[in-house]
Amino acid sequence: MTDPLALDPVLPVRERSERPWNLDLPHDERFAHFEAHVTAGGKIEATDWMPDEYRTAVLRFVEMHGNSELMGVLPEREWIMRAPTLRRKLALTAKVQDEAGHALLLYRVAEDLGKSREAIIEDLLAGKTKFHNVFHYPTHSWGDIGIIAWLVDAAAIVAQQALRDSSYAPYARTMQKICWEESVHIMHGRDVVVTLVNGTAGQRDMVQEALNRWWGPLMQMHGPRSDRAKDRDLHWRIKAKTSEELRQEFLAIYVPRIRELGLVIPDPELRYDEAAGEWRYTEPDWDELRTVVTNHGPRSEARLEFRRLNRDETRWVRETILAGSPAVAA
Amino acid sequence: MTDQHSGTLEPYEVFRQEKEGGPMIHGGNVLAPDPELAVHYARELFARRSESTRLWVVRRADVHVLDDPDLLDPPLDRSFKKPGGYVMRDKLAAARGRAGTAKPGARAASHDTTGRRTGKTG
Repeated sequence: MTDPLALDPVLPVRERSERPWNLDLPHDERFAHFEAHVTAGGKIEATDWMPDEYRTAVLRFVEMHGNSELMGVLPEREWIMRAPTLRRKLALTAKVQDEAGHALLLYRVAEDLGKSREAIIEDLLAGKTKFHNVFHYPTHSWGDIGIIAWLVDAAAIVAQQALRDSSYAPYARTMQKICWEESVHIMHGRDVVVTLVNGTAGQRDMVQEALNRWWGPLMQMHGPRSDRAKDRDLHWRIKAKTSEELRQEFLAIYVPRIRELGLVIPDPELRYDEAAGEWRYTEPDWDELRTVVTNHGPRSEARLEFRRLNRDETRWVRETILAGSPAVAA
Repeated sequence: MTDQHSGTLEPYEVFRQEKEGGPMIHGGNVLAPDPELAVHYARELFARRSESTRLWVVRRADVHVLDDPDLLDPPLDRSFKKPGGYVMRDKLAAARGRAGTAKPGARAASHDTTGRRTGKTG
């Protein structure tokens, strides 16, 4: 006869993969379970119950990211027809397709959180939601395209690599694919820059001038220092690092690589403080950042207007797709 | 496939195989009005740089989910179902002692996991 004691649970409940916030409990209890799980490093799936605070925070973060991918193709798109060789043209076209694809992947994550792609685009075009500061500026030369693909993407990937650990699992998984593709973009951009610095004096100047133009926006890109304790996105582990941590990481990797090429970073204050173990730099212009991301940048309105026109011009495609193939004319 | 066209967009889950014989790995999802377009979108998003040898595209509504921990991770000792549940190092040593034999060489030992501890049971 079976010993009834042999059937007693031998593992404590906490070792099991229970997800008690999905149970029919009072809201506060669910919230507490959810918060404990997430703050301990647990993952959340789209099908899990989640508090509105969390859903809203993830949605806002992912939406801004998706918008930036979508708007980010516009400065580069302007150079597809002006790329210096066929290979560069192919690479730039592929990069533009990748970024638009990233927007689509991120919008899918946002849609599963409850906001339709239609609504996301509406809000973006109406200026109700934001996109990254760096995509509000004009491009002046092919040097800008090298600097954007190399350093803007590098600054972005520093942030994106940390997002592969996001508590929101569908976002974290999407970031793995996106980071893989971004790493190609960085190589493409670095190759453009290295090629130019090996070229004529005029080509070297072109890269240096592009770096001078983009350094300010690059330093603003991760945002002002924030208080770790007050940052809701950190609390929910939607992201893993503060703005300043990301900026320091970017500087640590890329300052030596920029200087290696004989380029001069346009910040006389920039230096590594051995004692403090961090980079010192001129305080970025946070007023400029606020002005630019609220769509008052030099190209904000033009880029949004291009998107609006584009949306109107392609409306028939979306309508055709939704309508299905036209009924065979009777 | 237009007969399956619903007129509304639906999520389709995309699974990728990286090389022949490999497992199908979940890649992400696309939104499409019908399976035919879902396959086109999946190709553009998950296979445009030769990173996939095969895609499976499945309507999300057709995926049946089981995630009940009572069924998947029962709180009972299941160590007898795993190789690590059979730890006989000490018993083997005792058996050798009784038989007066020596421990075999590495080749014989490599044929099973006898005596190895694998940590967690159940």
